[in-house]
Amino acid sequence: MKTVLRLFAFVIVLSLILAGCQQAEQGPATVRVLAMEQAGPTVDEMNSIVAEFNEENPNVEVVIEYVSYDALHDKITTAMASSPPAYDVFLVDDIWYAEFADAGYIWDVSDKITPEMQENIFDAAWDITVVQGKTYGMPWLLDQKYFYYNEEILNQAGITEPPKTWEEMVEQAKVIKDQGIVEYPIVWSWGQYEAAICDWVTLLYGNGGSLVDDAGNPAFNDAKGVETLTWMLQSIDDGITNPASVSYVEEDVRNVFSQGKAAFATNWVYMYDLVNFNEDESQVTGKIKMSLMPAFEGGGVVSATQDGSMGFSIAAESPAKEVAWDYIEYLTSEDVQNRYSAHLLPIWKTSFQGEQLETLMGYTESNKTTVPMFSEQFPYSYVRPKVTFYPEASKALQLALQEALTKSKSPQQALDDAATKWVSFME
Amino acid sequence: MAALRGKTSLTLRQRDTIIGLLLIAPSLVIIFGIVLQPILSTLYLSFFDADLGLGRTNIFLGLGNYLDLLADPVFWETIQRTLYFTLVSVGVELVLGLGIAQLIHAHPPGWRILRASLIIPWAVPTIVNGTMWRWIYNADYGALNGLLLQLGIIDKYIPWLTKPFTAMNLVILADIWHSVPFIALILQAALATLPEELEEAAEVDGATPWQRFWFVRLPLLRAAILVALVIRTVEAFRVFDIIYVITAGGPAFGTVTISYLTYLETFSFGNVGRGSALSFLISIITLLLAFIYIRFLYRPEERME
Repeated sequence: MKTVLRLFAFVIVLSLILAGCQQAEQGPATVRVLAMEQAGPTVDEMNSIVAEFNEENPNVEVVIEYVSYDALHDKITTAMASSPPAYDVFLVDDIWYAEFADAGYIWDVSDKITPEMQENIFDAAWDITVVQGKTYGMPWLLDQKYFYYNEEILNQAGITEPPKTWEEMVEQAKVIKDQGIVEYPIVWSWGQYEAAICDWVTLLYGNGGSLVDDAGNPAFNDAKGVETLTWMLQSIDDGITNPASVSYVEEDVRNVFSQGKAAFATNWVYMYDLVNFNEDESQVTGKIKMSLMPAFEGGGVVSATQDGSMGFSIAAESPAKEVAWDYIEYLTSEDVQNRYSAHLLPIWKTSFQGEQLETLMGYTESNKTTVPMFSEQFPYSYVRPKVTFYPEASKALQLALQEALTKSKSPQQALDDAATKWVSFME
Repeated sequence: MAALRGKTSLTLRQRDTIIGLLLIAPSLVIIFGIVLQPILSTLYLSFFDADLGLGRTNIFLGLGNYLDLLADPVFWETIQRTLYFTLVSVGVELVLGLGIAQLIHAHPPGWRILRASLIIPWAVPTIVNGTMWRWIYNADYGALNGLLLQLGIIDKYIPWLTKPFTAMNLVILADIWHSVPFIALILQAALATLPEELEEAAEVDGATPWQRFWFVRLPLLRAAILVALVIRTVEAFRVFDIIYVITAGGPAFGTVTISYLTYLETFSFGNVGRGSALSFLISIITLLLAFIYIRFLYRPEERME
C-alpha cells in the first residue's frame, strides 16, 4: 500500500517537473525548418548553412529536418493541422503555392521584399512564390531538367555531337545499343511520382504541346500529347529506354547513369557535380557532359524543359514569424547562395553578371559547366500550371502515363480519362 | 494524498478499488483522448465535404461521401486489390508459418538458432523492410537480379516493378518475409503446449503421420491459428507502409490498397471528408472479417481439455 502511494506521489511530482520544464524554457527562439533530402543541396551543405546562421544569431536556434521530395507535401499539410504548426519554415514546390496560399498555410511576406531583392532576383524566380499578386515566400531553388550524356560512350559509338532533337537521340541510341555498349541507352524518371510529370512536360513542350490551354483547360490529351506518350511507349518497346524507368525517380536515374549503364539521362542540376566529380558516388567521373535539352523535329521549338523551382515559406500561424524570416533571408542571400552553389544555382540575376559571374563559376569545379548551361537552358524552361488542386490533378496524370506505359490503356484513352478528371477538379 | 488518508473509515477492499481507479485514470484519460476522440471526430468529418486548410467551413453531406465512394469504380478496384493482397499474403504466411512451427517443434539440430533467427525479419521495422526490398527488386542494381543471373536462371536483368500484377505479388512477397515469423512463433508456442498423449494414442491406433497431423494436431491448434489469422488479416487488410516505400502505389495504381487510397485522398489531395469516410469503411470491413473468422473457427464446445 505504502509502495503504491509512493509510486503515485512520484508520478505526480514527475509530471509537475515536466510541466515546469515546459514553462521554464526561456532560451533562444526556436525556428523549426522542414527541407528535403533529394535532388538539391546535400544535407551537409544545408546543415552547415544552419550552423552559420545559429552562430551569427545567438538569440535564434534553427532546427532543421529533412524528408524526401515525395513526402514533403503531405508532411506539410499534416504539420499545419496542429496549433502552433509543427514547422515554422518549410520548403514549397512551385506547384503547391496556389494550394497552400488558398489553404491559409503560408504567410504573406510581400512587405518584406525590398526593391533591391525585387530588382536583383530573376523574374522567373518570383513567379514561384507569387500567387495573385502576393508574395508567399522567398524563391530558393531555381532548377530545371537538364540533358546529360556520357561522352565516352558516344565516342565509343563513333558519335561526335550530342543529339539536338529526340529523333537524333533515338538514332544515336540505336547505334549505341547495336554495338552492345549499353543495353538501354537512356534512363528516365517515369515512376508513379511527380518526377514522371517533369519528364513528360519536357517531352510534351518539346513536341509543341502544352499541359493546359490559355483558359486553364487540359490540353495534354490533344494530338501532340498522344504523339508524345506514344513515342515514350515506343522507346521502351525498341529497347532504347531502360524499361525500369517506369518505376524510377531521379535518384534511380542518377544511380544507373553513375554506373555507366546509360548514355543519356535527364535530371536536375544537382546530378552534374555528383556524377562527374564525386568518385564515391560515380564510376563515370570526368566523362559526363551537359547539352541543351533536345526537342522533337516537328515541335517548332529549339529546346524545352521542365522548370522545377522551389521556395521557402513561413507558416502563417507560426509564433516565430519574424525570426523565421531572418533565417530565410540569410539562406537565400546572394552570398550564401553563391558559396553553396554546387548543387543549386543562385536565384540572383546579379550573380550571373559581370565579375560576379566569374566568381560564381569559380566556386566549384561543376559550376564551370552548370552556370553557363543554366543561362543557355533557362529560356526554354516551362512551368506547370499553378492550380489549387494540383496534387490530385498530377496524380491523375501520373496514372494516365503509367496506364499507357504499362499498356493497360491506349495513350489516347489514358490521357482522355485524365483530362476528364482534371475538368472535374476545376469545378 | 490528504484526501486519501482522510478516508480511513473505508474498508481495505474499497481503498484498493479507489487506488486502482486512480492509478488507471491517467491511462484511461490518454486512451479516450488519443483513441476515442480521433475516432469520433473522424466519424463526424466523414459526413462533411471537408478540405484541409485553415478557417474552412465544412459542408454537411450526410452519407454523401459514403455513397460517392460506393459508386466509384476506383474504390471497388482498390478493395479487390486489397483482398487479393490479404488472401495471398495471409494464406501463404499461414502455410509457411505452420511448416516452420512444426519444424522447430520437431527439435532438429540447431532449432534454437532457427527460432532465434526467426525473430529478425519480424523485428525489422516495416519501413526498413520496405526500403530493403525496394533495393533488392531494383532492376539495375538489385540483389534479386544479381542472384538470379549468377544462378543462370535469367540471362538479363528484369525490371521487376514495372508490371502492376508482378509488382503486387512482389510486395506480397516482401510482406510474407516480414510476417511469417509472427505466425510461426505463435503456432510453435501453441504446439509446445499440446498434450503428446493424444498423438501417441493415435499412433498406437495406427494413424499415419498425415492423419495424426490432420485429425489430431490441427484441430488442437485451431484456437492459436484463429488468433494468428485475425491479427494478420486485419494487419494485411490495412497494409500501408510497405507499399508506400516499395512502389508508392505504382505502377498504374497496381499496388494501391485501401489504406493507401485513404492516405492519398486525405493528405495528398486534402479531401478530409472523403478520406474519413474511407477510414470508416475500412474499419467496418475489418470488423466483418474478424467476425467471420470467429464465427467459423472459434468453437468453444469442441475444445479438448
